[in-house]
Amino acid sequence: MTRPRRDPDLVRAYVVTGGVLRPSRDVGLVTLLVAQDVPAQGLAPEQRRVLGVCSRHGALSIAEIAAHLDLPPSVVTILAAGLMDSGHLAVPTPVADVPDIDVLKEVLRGLRQLV
Amino acid sequence: MGSANLSEVAYLPGTVTRSVKLLVAGHFGAGKTTFVGSVSEIRPLRTEEPITEASVGVDDLAGLPRKTSTTVAMDFGRRTFGGVALYLFGTPGQQRFLPMWDELARGAVGALVLVDTRRLDHSDEILSAVEKRGLPYTVAVNEFDGARRYPAEEIRQALDLAPSTPLTVCDARDQASSAKALIVLVEHLTSGPEMLA
Repeated sequence: MTRPRRDPDLVRAYVVTGGVLRPSRDVGLVTLLVAQDVPAQGLAPEQRRVLGVCSRHGALSIAEIAAHLDLPPSVVTILAAGLMDSGHLAVPTPVADVPDIDVLKEVLRGLRQLV
Repeated sequence: MGSANLSEVAYLPGTVTRSVKLLVAGHFGAGKTTFVGSVSEIRPLRTEEPITEASVGVDDLAGLPRKTSTTVAMDFGRRTFGGVALYLFGTPGQQRFLPMWDELARGAVGALVLVDTRRLDHSDEILSAVEKRGLPYTVAVNEFDGARRYPAEEIRQALDLAPSTPLTVCDARDQASSAKALIVLVEHLTSGPEMLA
């Protein structure tokens, strides 16, 4: 599961985020994101890459974006938070404000159909 | 750092607006990756996070711990149920990554701890790591071919499980069997006092 790496990787991650060390908002590995209809001009190359893998029609999680772009999740978290700040990315809007317990019950119903 | 091959990206249906994160924990070789793969609707993906860790031992001259850099890899899968995407994260089992669990556990609602009866003693540190983060969990014995079957009570004793912690068995290669183990976990999560708090 692991392989030794040299320190330049850590330096690279710092450079990729434009020197930002922490995400500007509370974004986790399973935060879902959809692209918004906002022009991408003026974005840094790495921000463009994150935006480029996102779609307006279906969400992806931070973890999936990181895996597809081969970037560390910590880096994608910072880049995605910046793109949310600029309005390029957004979390999908729920139809109704469903409590967490009902979300888990929906998972439970789905799992029972797999058995 | 190539670009993503967009034809390989499986976007969620537009109806999905919520996500749930569960950890699939277990010692090395317990079957975590197999389990995630049997439930996932997408080819399991991997993230790699470079971390700096203090290496064992001390530099003689400077008297400072040397730092080495390594990569923590996490395999994960996804399954969509209605408007919800369930994400299963296989957590690295190696002991030296246990300090990373604060980050791994962030946002997770629970953990399924997979155990192999041939290495029950290896599960202690995993169970401690889960408990330390206050994550509700259930235990599933992954029944490997050729492994001796033990009565549940013996396994409970060997793992020192609380009477309230559900214990089940599964075959991580089988989707229905893995789903049953997850049902036990999610039922535990929806019935437990942590949801009422």
